[in-house]
Amino acid sequence: MSEKTILKFSDETAAIATKIVARYPEGRHKSALIPLLHLAQAEFDGWLSVPAMDCVAEFLSIQPIEAYEVASFYSMFNLKPVGKCTLEVCRTSSCWLSGAEDIVRHLEKKLGIKEGQTTADGMFTLKTVECLGSCGTAPMLQCGGDYYENLTLEKTDKLVDSLRAEGKARVYTNDNPVNID
Amino acid sequence: MGKKILLANDHIEGIRFLDTYRKHGGYASLEKALKSMTPEQIVEEVKTSGLRGRGGAGFPTGMKWSFLAKPEGVPRYVVCNADESEPGTFKDRYLMERIPHLLIEGMILSSYALGAKTSYIYIRGEYFYVARILEQAIDEAYAAGLLGKNILNSGFDLDLYVQIGAGAYICGEETALLESLEGKRGNPRIKPPFPAIAGLYGCPTVVNNVETIAAVVPIVNEGGAAYAAIGVGNSKGTKLISASGHINKPGVYEIELGVPVEEFIYSDEYCGGIRNGKKLKAVVAGGSSVPILPTELILNTAAGEPRLMSYESLGDGGFATGTMLGSGGFIVMDEDTSIVKNLYTFARFYHHESCGQCSPCREGTGWMEKILHKILHGHGTLADVDLLWDIQSKIEGKTICPLGEAAAWPVAAAIRHFRKEFEDFIRNGEHVNDVKHYYRLNNLTALIN
Amino acid sequence: MAKVTIDGIEIEVPDGTTILQAARMIGGDIVPPAMCYYSKLKTSGGYCRTCLVKVSKGSEKDPRPMPKPVASCRTTVMDGMEVLNITSPEVLEARAGVVEMLLLNHPLDCPVCDQAGECHLQDLAYEHGKAETRYEFPRREFEKIDIGDKVQLHMTRCIMCFRCVKVADQITDGRVHGVINRGDAAEISTYIEKAIDNDFSGNVIDVCPVGALTDKTFRFKSRVWYTKPVDAHRDCPTCSGNVRLWYKGEDVARVTARKDTYGEAEEWICNSCRFDHKKTSDWVIEGPTKVDRHSVISANHYENLRMLKASIDRQRESLPHGDKVNLGTGALDPNNEEK
Ligand SMILES: Cc1cc2nc3c(=O)[nH]c(=O)nc-3n(C[C@H](O)[C@H](O)[C@H](O)COP(=O)(O)O)c2cc1C
Ligand code: SF4
Ligand code: FES
Ligand code: FES
Repeated sequence: MSEKTILKFSDETAAIATKIVARYPEGRHKSALIPLLHLAQAEFDGWLSVPAMDCVAEFLSIQPIEAYEVASFYSMFNLKPVGKCTLEVCRTSSCWLSGAEDIVRHLEKKLGIKEGQTTADGMFTLKTVECLGSCGTAPMLQCGGDYYENLTLEKTDKLVDSLRAEGKARVYTNDNPVNID
Repeated sequence: MGKKILLANDHIEGIRFLDTYRKHGGYASLEKALKSMTPEQIVEEVKTSGLRGRGGAGFPTGMKWSFLAKPEGVPRYVVCNADESEPGTFKDRYLMERIPHLLIEGMILSSYALGAKTSYIYIRGEYFYVARILEQAIDEAYAAGLLGKNILNSGFDLDLYVQIGAGAYICGEETALLESLEGKRGNPRIKPPFPAIAGLYGCPTVVNNVETIAAVVPIVNEGGAAYAAIGVGNSKGTKLISASGHINKPGVYEIELGVPVEEFIYSDEYCGGIRNGKKLKAVVAGGSSVPILPTELILNTAAGEPRLMSYESLGDGGFATGTMLGSGGFIVMDEDTSIVKNLYTFARFYHHESCGQCSPCREGTGWMEKILHKILHGHGTLADVDLLWDIQSKIEGKTICPLGEAAAWPVAAAIRHFRKEFEDFIRNGEHVNDVKHYYRLNNLTALIN
Repeated sequence: MAKVTIDGIEIEVPDGTTILQAARMIGGDIVPPAMCYYSKLKTSGGYCRTCLVKVSKGSEKDPRPMPKPVASCRTTVMDGMEVLNITSPEVLEARAGVVEMLLLNHPLDCPVCDQAGECHLQDLAYEHGKAETRYEFPRREFEKIDIGDKVQLHMTRCIMCFRCVKVADQITDGRVHGVINRGDAAEISTYIEKAIDNDFSGNVIDVCPVGALTDKTFRFKSRVWYTKPVDAHRDCPTCSGNVRLWYKGEDVARVTARKDTYGEAEEWICNSCRFDHKKTSDWVIEGPTKVDRHSVISANHYENLRMLKASIDRQRESLPHGDKVNLGTGALDPNNEEK
C-alpha cells in the first residue's frame, strides 16, 4: 500500500465512532483511540495499515505517531495483513500443561503453515497468545470474537472445517453465542 | 456447603437479564442505598465488612475508599478493573458473563458512595464477547432508569461505560489501566501521586477489581457486619477461586475464606481431586505471580498447621515456605508436571508482557526466558540456575511497577523449592519425569521462538 | 524547607526538591548517576533505575525506612529523611545490577561509536558496572534510520531513557517520533520515516545519553577527544545563540548546546545555530571551555584511558564466550581515528 493511500471510515463506522467519543469528558477524546483502532481494524481487512491508523488519528485530531505508538503496544492490533480467520491458541501454563502444544502442532500440520504464518489462500492465520482467562477450560483458542474451549484434536479439526465452510470468523452476537460443543 | 453470596444465583436460567436478576433480589441493594443511606454510610459499611481488594494485592477496600481526595468542583471517577490477565485467573469473566448486573449494581453503588458521576469498566480486549454482554445489560439498566439521570428518583446521576483494551496484561496494573483508558500506551505511572489523588484525567479515582465491586452489593444489602461474620481472621467474606490444571473439576468456585486447602483440592464440592488418580506435585495458589509451593507446603504450613484458603494462612512462613492468595488463580499440577517447563511458560509470559519502561524488567525478563529456553533444550549448565536466581534478585524491588516482582517471584520460588529438579533436568534431561513433553519440545523450536 | 541527610552529609533544601537534586546541591561522589532524568524536561526520570538509593529513614514524622530502593530522581525529600547512596553496599549492588541490564543488549562497539568519549553509558559502566558480561545471547539489533536529513537514529544503542520523546513533546510541536512496540522490542521511531521538522528538534541529539541520536552534519566524523570545545555565541533570532563549538583543527566540526556538570544542556539551541552555522566567522568566540564532566575527555583523559584499557584487558581474559567487551579503548589507537 503506498503511503498516499487515504482511508476513511464508512458512514456507519463513523457514526459509531462519534458515539464512542461522546463517552469521555470534553477534551478527552483521545480516550477513544483504542476502541477506534478496533473499529478501524475491523473495517480495513483485519489489520492496521499506516493509512488505517492515520484515518483514526485524523478522526481524533491527534498526531499520527500517537496512533502508531498505541497500536504497536497492544497485542490484539495486527500491523501486518492476516487471514480471514486468526486462530489464536493460548500457550500459557494451564493450557500448555493441558496439551496446547499438541493443538498448535496439529494445526500447523493441518493448515500447512507454521505458527505466525497465514495460509496461501488467505483463510487462516495461526498465532499463539498468552493466557486468555479460560484456563479452567484448557486448552483453548480464540477466533474472531469467540472462545473455543476444552479443545481436542477432533474438535479442532471440526472447527477448522466449519470455519472454512463459512468462509469467515464468527462474530459473537447476543442472540447467538457460538459454540462448538 | 459453604455460603455463597456472589454466585448464589449463577445457575438460574436467564439471570443474565435484568428481569430475572430483579426477580431474584437484584437491585434491592441499590434501592436500599439510594432511599435510606448516605454515601458516607456505604463507605462505613464497606469498612466494617473487612472487604479486601480481590484483584491481587488484598488492600482493604474501605480504607482505599476513604483515601479518595474530594476537592471541590473536581470530578471523581470509579473505574472497574476487568482486565483479568493474570494466568490462571478467570473468575471475573465468569461473574460478568453469568451475572453482569451484579457488577453493574456494584458500580452504581460504589459510584454513589464515592461521588462519581461517570464510571468506566475497563475490560481486556479479548473478552470482547463479555463486553457485549455487559453493554447489553447496561442498556437494560438505562432503559429501566437504573442508570442515567435521576436514578430511581433519587437525584443521583451516573453514566457507565465499558472500555475495551487490546491485549496487554500490564493494563491490569491500575495506573497502566488509567493510561490506557486515556488512550495511551499502557505504561504504569510513577507513583506518587496515587490514583486516589490524581488518577483518570488527573482527577481523584478509585480502581477496584470486578469481584471487589460486586461484593459491595451483598455488603450493602446485608450489612458490613454480616459480611465480616464470614471467613477467618483478617480474611473476611467469600472469594472466587479460579481452579485449573490437573484436577477433576476445573472451574470457578466461591469459597468462604478459611476453607482448608486440602479440602478445596480433594472434596467433591470443589476441585474433586487430582485427575486420573495421580498424586499432587505442586500448586500455584494465587495466579502466576505468586510463589509455587510443593505438596507438603501447600497442604500444611511449615509449622505443621493445615493450610487454609485465606490471606494469612497462605502467606504463613513468608516466601521461604509460604505464598499468597493473590487473585485466586489456583493452578494444580500433578506428579507428571515439569516445573521447569511450567516456569518457562511463565517467564515467556512476563517477557511478553513487560511494558519496557524500566531497564531491570525490560531486559531481565527476556534474559530469564532465554536461559530457561536454553535449559529446556538441553543446553543448560548448573551455573544457569544460580544465574537465574541472581537475575530475579536484580529485578525484584527495583522496578517502577510490581510486574517486576511478578516476574521475579515465580522464578525464585521454583528454584527455592525445586532446585533439584532443575539440576536433574540439566544433567539428565531425558530422565525427568516429563519425558514425553521433553522430546516433543525438541521438535518445537519454531513454536517457542 | 526540609532537612535531608545523604550519606551522612546534611543539607537543607526547599520543599518539593527530589533526593537527586538535593544530592546535586551537595555535589561530589554522593551524587547518584542519572541516565534518564533531565532537570529541564518535565516528567523525565524514573525509567533507567540507575539513580536508586535507599531511604533508611522516611522523615522526622514517619521514621520508617522505605521497603524498597527508590529512584532518587522521582522521590521528593521529607524533613528529616536519611538517604544512603554510596555508603550502602545494597545500593551499589542494585546499581551494578541495573548497569548490567542497561548493557545487556547494548552493542560492545565503543571504538566505532560516534558518542565514544562523551557517552554517559560508557562512564556509567566504567564507574558502577561489573567487569564482565554474563549475557551469552545475540544482542538486539536495528537498522539505522534517518529522521530527516540532519538526525540519525541508531536504535541498537538506545537505552530507552525517553528524553528525546519528552523534548519532542515539550519543546517542539507536531511530534513525529515516539516509542513504538512493547517491552524489549520497544523502539524510538517515526514508524514511517519522517523528518523532524521544527526549529528546536536538534536538541534531541543533545539529550541522548548514548550514541543513538547523532548529528548527521557533524563534519569529519571525528572522535570527540580529537576535537576542542569552545564556547561561542551569535545574535540569533530564534534562540539565545549561546552554544559550544567543537573544533577540529581550524574547522568547526559541530555545534552543540553548552552542557553543565551533569551533562545537561544549559539552554536549548535552535537548528539553525546547530546545523547551519559552521564557520568561525558566524560566531563570537568566548574562549576555550573546560569540560569537566567526562573523565575520558577531561584534562587527564589519557591517564583514565590507560586505566580503562587495563581493566578491559582483564575482563577480556576472564570472558568465557569470546565476547568482546570494549569500552572505548579504540581511542588509544591513533589508527582508529578516521574509521
Ligand atoms: C502487573 C499487574 C497486573 C494486574 N492485573 C490486574 C488485573 O488483571 N485485575 C485486577 O483487578 N487487578 C490487577 N492488578 C492489581 C491492580 O493494580 C489493582 O491493585 C487492583 O485493580 C485494585 O483493585 P482491588 O483493590 O479491588 O483489588 C494488577 C497489578 C499488577 C502489578
Ligand atoms: S516493571 Fe516492567 S511492566 Fe512495570 S513499568 Fe517497569 S518495564 Fe513496565
Ligand atoms: S492458560 Fe490458557 S487461558 Fe489461561
Ligand atoms: S535517572 Fe532516575 S531512574 Fe533514570
